[in-house]
Amino acid sequence: MKPSSRKTGRRAQKLLRAGAAVAAALAVAGAGAGQPTAAETQAEIERYRAMLAEDNPAELYAARGEELWNTPRGPKQAALAGCDLGLGPGVVAGAYAQTPRWFADAGRVMDIEARLAWCMETLQGFSAADIAARPFGSEDHKSDMEALVAYVVTASRGYPIAPSQKLPQERAAYALGKSLFALRAGPYDFSCQTCHSQDGKRIRLQELPNLTRREDVRRAYTGWPAYRVSQGEFRTMQWRINDCFRQQRFPQPKYLSETVNALITYLAVEATGATYNGPAMKR
Amino acid sequence: MADPMKIRARLAGDVADLRVLMAHPMETGQRKDARSGQPIPPHFIQKFSIALNGTHVLEAQTGMAVSRNPVFGFKLAGIKAGDKFTITWTDNHGETRSDETVVA
Amino acid sequence: MDELRRHILKSGGGAALALLLGAGLLRPTRVLAANWNAPAFESKDVAGALRGLGAGAAQAQASADLKLDAPEIAENGAVVPLEIVSKIPNTSAIAVLIEKNPQPLAGHFEFSGPLLPQVSLRVKMAETSMVRVLALAGGKYYSSSKEIKVTAGGCGG
Repeated sequence: MKPSSRKTGRRAQKLLRAGAAVAAALAVAGAGAGQPTAAETQAEIERYRAMLAEDNPAELYAARGEELWNTPRGPKQAALAGCDLGLGPGVVAGAYAQTPRWFADAGRVMDIEARLAWCMETLQGFSAADIAARPFGSEDHKSDMEALVAYVVTASRGYPIAPSQKLPQERAAYALGKSLFALRAGPYDFSCQTCHSQDGKRIRLQELPNLTRREDVRRAYTGWPAYRVSQGEFRTMQWRINDCFRQQRFPQPKYLSETVNALITYLAVEATGATYNGPAMKR
Repeated sequence: MADPMKIRARLAGDVADLRVLMAHPMETGQRKDARSGQPIPPHFIQKFSIALNGTHVLEAQTGMAVSRNPVFGFKLAGIKAGDKFTITWTDNHGETRSDETVVA
Repeated sequence: MDELRRHILKSGGGAALALLLGAGLLRPTRVLAANWNAPAFESKDVAGALRGLGAGAAQAQASADLKLDAPEIAENGAVVPLEIVSKIPNTSAIAVLIEKNPQPLAGHFEFSGPLLPQVSLRVKMAETSMVRVLALAGGKYYSSSKEIKVTAGGCGG
């Protein structure tokens, strides 16, 4: 190895050793930044994220979703042009930002994913069981739902988050979500709040947002749904909440359940007024 | 059938910033299926090319280390509106995909 | 690079190839795939990868004009962004090697015409490793390296 690269390597190693030690200390103590090495570590992580943010493979999912939206599919061979996401049949732009909301035709408060499933069922004739069978993609299975969600949420970029709370059913969904957020259960006696109600908490290098603070909810909510770097997949809010349940060692919730819809409603309402900036790149 | 690429060509003066997103699993062949325990066979893009108005300007070969849903960026000088880029990839299964974009 | 060209030439004479194509015995995409430099890409070590490329490690010269821009710490090894820019005159090819990957060679790019000798890409890194980039310019090889630390993804969501 040549001298210049050896020097760079040593500097990096020194920084990294210090960074790793500090990160470990932070993980244990839950302390904030302050030490220059922690700041340097954080700066490099921020640079990593900035470099990735330039191009987001979520665009590939959105393009496929747009194609799916416009293609006649299902037993009824219908496109989703007649699907009403809340702003009228076929209106996609800005619709996601106003969900979850009450849909009178379905008689339910629905998040965007539940609404898309409802349209697939009623307009295209897919069975609910088929839709719920494998909603999340993996290496050997492309998810149509993830692609449709990618398309629809991308069309809300730049729109303010504004879920309706006018109707009692919408307020009830929020209230249920709020109480579920604090509900301690499962073999570890965990609640959402166990991980998400204090400032400066992290798992290794990942900061855990304090979702009892409005700024943190806004930052988190306006980035999801997101392209998940570690999985190489676009992930929806239903997936996101499922994964929290998994980490709490709760049973896997039923797909599009009232429980998950309520939690999404709670987060959406808390994020009201923030500008939707997703889909983001998440680790 | 492979999904289309997303190709973006942004012009600053006469220099084009060309960004390409490819939809591909880029399986390394080193992973095992979580359910079956069976190795997941390799499936990755091995070659891609860029042509400018029909003339090749890049020949690339790639290994399994390129990330899933690959993203590449290039810069070209002397580009003007109306120039056409054609990008073509081929993977180890012999599957191929070609997409193009015209500089706005 | 020369070794690669020889490899391609060895893999089939033009006339014979045209005959096979005409007879419908080969699909064009298969022929393209056959040109992939397997000896270089499938090598399990850097020396083998360089041999496969026709680039002996000894003759590569460190150069400050070959820049590798990347974060020193990657949050996730599944996606590590790299930007490589060569200011070395007449650069015709750039190769990227991740020394500790099971197969170090990640990519090889041959530039011509108005394409500037630079590339950005995203790679998988199995663990913390030196990343070495190689440029071919005027028949000589130049190199630049940087260590990139890969943190475990963490068990968090």
